[in-house]
Amino acid sequence: MERKFEPGDAVRVLERNQPGHVRTPLYVRGKVGVIERVVGSFPNPETLAYGQSGLPYKMLYRVNFAQQTLWSDYDGRPEDTLEIEIYEHWLEPA
Amino acid sequence: MSDHHHDLVHATHTHDGKPIQNDDRPPIEAETLETAVRELLMEKGVISADEVRQAIEMMDSRGTDLGAKIVARAWVDDDFKQRLLSEGDAAVREFGVDMRPTELCVVENTAEVHNMVVCTLCSCYPRAILGIPPAWYKRRDYRARAVREPRSILAEFGTAIPEQKQVRVHDSNADLRYLVLPQRPAGTDDWSEEQLAALVSRDSMIGVADIRSPGE
Repeated sequence: MERKFEPGDAVRVLERNQPGHVRTPLYVRGKVGVIERVVGSFPNPETLAYGQSGLPYKMLYRVNFAQQTLWSDYDGRPEDTLEIEIYEHWLEPA
Repeated sequence: MSDHHHDLVHATHTHDGKPIQNDDRPPIEAETLETAVRELLMEKGVISADEVRQAIEMMDSRGTDLGAKIVARAWVDDDFKQRLLSEGDAAVREFGVDMRPTELCVVENTAEVHNMVVCTLCSCYPRAILGIPPAWYKRRDYRARAVREPRSILAEFGTAIPEQKQVRVHDSNADLRYLVLPQRPAGTDDWSEEQLAALVSRDSMIGVADIRSPGE
């Protein structure tokens, strides 16, 4: 399956409001991180959860965020990270 | 079916001797739906009550043994450890574990890095190797705070993280399931794989605790 991003690419999580079985938590929407790895292609949970096929499959990535970019008052080391799985249709180049 | 359903949607639930009991509170919508579908499947002869009981027994009986064995193997066998870190699914298949439809992601604690796992959206957990998640793992406060103030949570769990150590939090929000490979404690150089497995705690594999050296 074709993919848009490679490890090391800077990406921004879309700030879309979307109801339903969405696996992109609010706290990362609009934030910029870096692709940590390509996980592979998986059924789309946004339709799979409602008894549909989940097709077409969506490319899934692990995205690495510096904690300080997520929380302005983060109380820890600047190197601390939050890593999370984001589907390609929730990402844009940053 | 209709009488039982009637019982469930009202708070006056009576214990009717069935092995699968609900708490004394009104069921949420999903519970009512589950009961309706389960009873319909039984009435139609698709599944039996014994099969439902067996499935619950199997899920309830899974513990942390497999996870502990996998960690101990990684400590004594560096080739296995490299496979576990690069291709978790294939490595745990050697223990008869099938992670599908999810995939296993193993993250290693070192002298410089501490890893910790949370599922902010629900309670995703590597049940195939660690069994049922602890109650706190599913609580809203753990889920909300673990991503925002992991060092405070770790301190509350009694886990001292040196200030210069990097903390990596993994939000298990989609198709991966996470296992933390804890640091092998000092003073265990001549221990057998079996002895080592007995040292590995559940919480160390979620990443909210370290494993103490024996005698500490």
